[in-house]
Amino acid sequence: MTELTMAKALNAALDRVLTDDPAVLLLGEDIGALGGVFRVTDGLLAGHGAARVIDTPLAESGIMGAAVGMAFRGFRPVVELQFDGFVYPAFDQIVCQVAKMHYRTRGAVRMPLTVRVPWAGGVGAAEHHSESPEAYFVHTSGLRVVAVSNPADAYLMLRQAIASDDPVVFFEPKRLYHAKGEVDLDADLADAPPMGLARIVREGTDATIVTYGAQVTTALQAATAAEDDGLSLEVIDLRSLSPVDYDTVAASVRKTGRVVITHEAPGEAGVGAEVSAGITERCFHHLEAPPVRVTGHDIPYPPAKLERHHLPDLDRILDAVDRVLQRPNSLTGVEL
Amino acid sequence: MAYPPSTAAQPATDVGSVARLITPDGERVSDPALDRWATDVDDALLSDLYRDMVRTRRLDTEGVALQRQGQLGLWAPSLGQEAAQVGTARALRGSDFVFPSYRELGVQLVRGATPTQLIQVWRGEEQSMGDPFARGTAGPQIIIGAQTLHAVGYAMGIQRSARPDGARADDVAVAYFGDGASSQGDVNEAMVFAASFGAPVVFVCCNNQWAISEPVAVQSRFPLARRAPAFGIPSLRIDGNDVLAGFAAMRWALERARSGAGPAYIEAVTYRMGPHTTADDPTRYRDPAELELWRGRDPLTRVETLLRARGALDDAAAADIAAEADHLAAQMRAACLSYRTREPLTIFDEVYAEPHTGLERQRRAYAAYLAGFEEDQR
Ligand SMILES: Cc1ncc(C[n+]2csc(CCOP(=O)(O)OP(=O)(O)O)c2C)c(N)n1
Repeated sequence: MTELTMAKALNAALDRVLTDDPAVLLLGEDIGALGGVFRVTDGLLAGHGAARVIDTPLAESGIMGAAVGMAFRGFRPVVELQFDGFVYPAFDQIVCQVAKMHYRTRGAVRMPLTVRVPWAGGVGAAEHHSESPEAYFVHTSGLRVVAVSNPADAYLMLRQAIASDDPVVFFEPKRLYHAKGEVDLDADLADAPPMGLARIVREGTDATIVTYGAQVTTALQAATAAEDDGLSLEVIDLRSLSPVDYDTVAASVRKTGRVVITHEAPGEAGVGAEVSAGITERCFHHLEAPPVRVTGHDIPYPPAKLERHHLPDLDRILDAVDRVLQRPNSLTGVEL
Repeated sequence: MAYPPSTAAQPATDVGSVARLITPDGERVSDPALDRWATDVDDALLSDLYRDMVRTRRLDTEGVALQRQGQLGLWAPSLGQEAAQVGTARALRGSDFVFPSYRELGVQLVRGATPTQLIQVWRGEEQSMGDPFARGTAGPQIIIGAQTLHAVGYAMGIQRSARPDGARADDVAVAYFGDGASSQGDVNEAMVFAASFGAPVVFVCCNNQWAISEPVAVQSRFPLARRAPAFGIPSLRIDGNDVLAGFAAMRWALERARSGAGPAYIEAVTYRMGPHTTADDPTRYRDPAELELWRGRDPLTRVETLLRARGALDDAAAADIAAEADHLAAQMRAACLSYRTREPLTIFDEVYAEPHTGLERQRRAYAAYLAGFEEDQR
């Protein structure tokens, strides 16, 4: 075990995959000499050369479309998009080409490419640098969508994503790039849980909190705080947003009977809405209260000085826990 | 250095200054840019090019007819564009890889598509024309211009590939697209990537003057071929209705790309004689006189005139070629009429390469639902 930041864990994963698999190519803006704006590709150009670590023109659709062509030629491109808000120019290629090529060709053409997206807020960034676009991709079949929440997962799941014969949109919370954790650099993919499995991060009996990405940290803080209050909260890190591991989620909800779903993306038609519906369909008779979502507001991402009002924090999660426990809460007496 | 705005001097619609080797009257002429690439072209090769154009036209006619008879959901005619398609595609070798748009019937035919493959997309049975690797040709691209980037990425992949004998791979990727597509961001991004990386890719812009109802003047104030040099890509503007010019220009472009000199761009100035698709009505936006003008520039007639003048084609040979094309069209019709739609549950197949729990659940649920109908029928 080695203690690494998430950025370093991702770097180690890329380094390892580049070493192990000559078909892997990295593409992105500033990923070469600079090592990426978050230094995730630091040293990879020096170690693997410009033929494999490709500094591209500043053109997101270009990067993604070129990656499609490379996949046609048998490569496994790993694309770094500089920030979440810049995925939109590449959206057409991801949704119309990357996601559909395998289906369109009835399996003749595989798109084993990985799209790494430095993602979401909480870092006081400029406009377009804190977005949570995951729902757009979850809505697109043909893509796998994952979000990591700690260095160990980052190391394993990035390798799994690159090894997958399906395209994977890989969300990396910027807020956690410098968070440290133990990473087993010798970990074998064969022993790792499949990329689509959720993980119970903390066991509990009174209610389940379902979340992903940097919100896992917040949810754990809420669970710790609730403990002082005599409450036992279970926390699930979805890890995979498409597909959602409903086996794990539903088993937990059947046990606790109450569920809070939290993410920082806007709530409307978001991942939380999907998970809430999925739980209701599966666990209706086990539910003691309606599932409750705690999400970012349905607003454009606000200016940095105000983002703390947008991001669901520990207190908003605990308030929602009170709701599912039918205890007094901020909405008591309020009609929605 | 200041560049004057290059507009009126040569508008995008100018069709006079194009490189050609066969005039609309069927006269073999010389062209400084193209001659070198056509020195070995004999009557036999010219006859082959002619035959491919005849077959393309015949299949196109059949496609329109099948659509009118309700057998195909849609058809995108290539009438008038046979030369640009056949000439350029014939210069390729099997290991090159083509990324076409939906209008490249002649390209698909030259690349070995079967009559069945040619109709399955338009019939709504499949979204592709079968395994692209079997013919080194991707299926028809609907998103305007998207395929140009795929060609560039493929070409960057070629740059990173070796042949089995260890030598540098010298395959070439080719993108076909229309004049409307030239306005798309993707096409421009593709040219940036191609030039910056010196990728072995050839851009073939089939400028048929129209993007549905929008004339090429809406896309550009000056000839499209003149854009490429500004990206650092040499270009040729050819008579797209001259099959030999297409063949020679493509050889020029391929030779550059194979030798490591990087991308090239061909603007084939041609004309879409039919509607944009069978759902379109060009009489709403097009002057009939324009169509008449272009009828006089028919890509097939000129080669036929030339071949006859040289004694390389007589009525009997022409009839043979026509009969062969009829036969192919009959095969396409038969393929269309006998097409068996695949089983409903196969719509869940191949969404993913690896198992996907969410989709597997949906497939199980829909299978159970469908099974209910079977029980009803018992
Ligand atoms: C991105 C995109 N926008 C719009 C369309 C609808 N559309 C289909 S064909 C076409 C015109 C294309 O013109 P051009 O590129 O000149 O090719 P042509 O059909 O003339 O061969 C349009 C607008 C599309 N398919 N894709």
